[in-house]
Amino acid sequence: MDAVLTETAPASVEWKLPDRGTMGIIFLIVTETALFTIFVVAYLVYIGKSLSGPYPKDVLDLPILASICLLSSSVTIVFAEHALKRHRIGLFKLWWLATILLGLEFLVSTGLEWRKLIYEDHLTVSTNLFGTTFYSLVGLHASHVIVGMAFLLLVMIVSLMGFPIHTQERRVKFLSWYWHFVDGVWVIVFSVVYIIGR
Amino acid sequence: MASIDHQVERPPVAEARFSFSSHLYELISTVDHKRLGLMYIVTALLFLVIAGLMATIIRLQLAFPNGRVVDADTFNRLFTMHGTTMVFLVGMPFVAGLSNYLVPLMIGARDMAFPRLNAFGFWIFLFGGFLLYFSYIGGSGLSGAGSAPDVGWFAYAPLTSRAFSRGASTDYWILGIFVAGIGSIASALNVIVTTISMRCPGMTLNRMPMFVWVMLIDSWLIIIALPPLSAAQIMLLIDRFLGGNFFNTQSGGSAVLWQHFFWIFGHPEVYILIFPAFAILSEVIPIFSRKPIFGRPAMVGAVASIGFISLGVWAHHMFAVGMTSWSNTFFTASTMLVGIPTGIKIFNWTATMYGGKIRLATPMLFCCAFLFQFLIAGLTGIMLATGPFDWQLHDSYFVVGHFHFTLVAGLVFGLFAGMYYWFPKVSGRMYNETWGKWHFWLFLLGVELTFVPMHFLGFLGMPRRIYTYAPDRGWNFWNLLATSGLLFQLPATVIFVWNMLWSTFKGERAGDDPWDAWTLEWGTTSPPPEYNFESIPEVRSSRPLWDLKNPNDPDWKFE
Repeated sequence: MDAVLTETAPASVEWKLPDRGTMGIIFLIVTETALFTIFVVAYLVYIGKSLSGPYPKDVLDLPILASICLLSSSVTIVFAEHALKRHRIGLFKLWWLATILLGLEFLVSTGLEWRKLIYEDHLTVSTNLFGTTFYSLVGLHASHVIVGMAFLLLVMIVSLMGFPIHTQERRVKFLSWYWHFVDGVWVIVFSVVYIIGR
Repeated sequence: MASIDHQVERPPVAEARFSFSSHLYELISTVDHKRLGLMYIVTALLFLVIAGLMATIIRLQLAFPNGRVVDADTFNRLFTMHGTTMVFLVGMPFVAGLSNYLVPLMIGARDMAFPRLNAFGFWIFLFGGFLLYFSYIGGSGLSGAGSAPDVGWFAYAPLTSRAFSRGASTDYWILGIFVAGIGSIASALNVIVTTISMRCPGMTLNRMPMFVWVMLIDSWLIIIALPPLSAAQIMLLIDRFLGGNFFNTQSGGSAVLWQHFFWIFGHPEVYILIFPAFAILSEVIPIFSRKPIFGRPAMVGAVASIGFISLGVWAHHMFAVGMTSWSNTFFTASTMLVGIPTGIKIFNWTATMYGGKIRLATPMLFCCAFLFQFLIAGLTGIMLATGPFDWQLHDSYFVVGHFHFTLVAGLVFGLFAGMYYWFPKVSGRMYNETWGKWHFWLFLLGVELTFVPMHFLGFLGMPRRIYTYAPDRGWNFWNLLATSGLLFQLPATVIFVWNMLWSTFKGERAGDDPWDAWTLEWGTTSPPPEYNFESIPEVRSSRPLWDLKNPNDPDWKFE
């Protein structure tokens, strides 16, 4: 019956649908956005509701350098993508390394910030509402940065080992979209935690 | 069939000898959407039987006043596990299973967009279910308290806090559902991408079968609405394991916030569950009325708007919690809005049947019953949407009657219709029509007997989730009546299972297209080959097989 189907059908028309990988990563980002939204809402609801200190205005410093690093890693990853598109593998590796280092700097300064909060300000998850919501939201974001870093490192390692990474241009693009998403989330987290919440 | 040549070319595989390990290996390693779809559905049916038996025990306990079948703690575990299982381990895998099996066939694709993600989704869902049920063994945890979860399927704070829920039972609830939820999201994402990117040439969105449309919107709801539950569950885990304060009122947290987060998921969830029934009805009713569906664009629009409105009605579950009158007004109004598109759908299904050549085979019988019963369920829904009415009947048996009417008298009837309708496609054989009719009438009688009295019990003031009651409340008659429905529902279910099993092996050969249907899945063999279609079909209208069977009067001339 299939054969009959094609027999009566008209000659092949122009038929192009969106790429499935592109759609996949877009909807992954949609569903991740829904996840983050709830944590952001919880943070906003609980601003100023802590019954005891330490309060955000006493202990939080603006993570300016870390934010600049993370946001500029979104730029370097675009440069890396462009280099890959033009098959300039050396340049690609350079920009990719820069992206990794910038992401690493963000994670390290988050770690140092948490260390200071825990050891000097004695703020933990269980101290008060601020601690609970702060570590949850920033931690959820940081865990996404860590996942992104793992994939960035994977690409770096295989390309250093001589894998023809230019054949994976599409997947590199998806990874960079995910990275942009993580950076975009940081803009929200930064505004909510360090500007509105302080 | 032209496919015979092709099969000759296939390398000889050792299929002759039955070997358990090779079958097991195939089951575990398969990425075929049809097998995974069936695995989802079989799993759902197994959990349906388990949760159904739980409901049986619950009804036996409540049949007479001062019942002694189970004690209060066991009763709490029973209704929690019954509800949780039915929603997350029966309803959700039915969504995933039906869309997995049918969507690629209906849009003329060879598989889902991401077959391996599909397999991942199934297995992580299955083990999420196992994790939940392992609580019966492991729930006592280190402190030696607790067994299965007993906090209700919506697990309100602060009942779930460490202080009130000792042991690990609640943790099994959180983690089991969280893990199963990852599977549901993976499968929904796959359905969306498959529908967008894998349609065969000519299958524009306007020509896409109604089933695929509804499942697309359903999957969209899943990826939007399930993450809020996961987020709330992560917060609950932080509270329970790290001493967090999200839902701890003593340090400024809010127990009501859990209710908001849960119902932001929970209300779209009930539409996620009912959508497969909408999808099935939109396929079955036209075929058995021999008429194309009435008002197709309006039907798609109605489903889309139900999906959209459902994201803004969640707090109608919380009228009794004491919100502002503005919130009460808003959520009453938005909930009533759902009645409009639902009315459109019921009208259009009826209008499809109007003037048609109706054939009352088993699938169609279930669809007809669905129309009546879902209408009643919708009307009690409108009643409950009214804030003051809800204050009277909140958490009473009226609510229990209402949602069992939507989900059993509605969804389950739709699912039965779908299973009978596609059974010949899946197995290549016909089910037994006589047994099918027995199943229908017995089940119909049982469902009415069980769930109609619940509405009256609600009016008489019987609260939900009580494990027994005193004999002088005036509830004895209605409770006994509700339990007596079991006498019909249980044999009906046994007949259904027997019919499916017997017909799979001994049923009459059905041929490829026993219903003279119009959508693409009936254009391939029954059961479909692994590659679905010998050559990818091209379609020119929303009823490609009609065009094929009626070359003198094809649809595409009029669309």
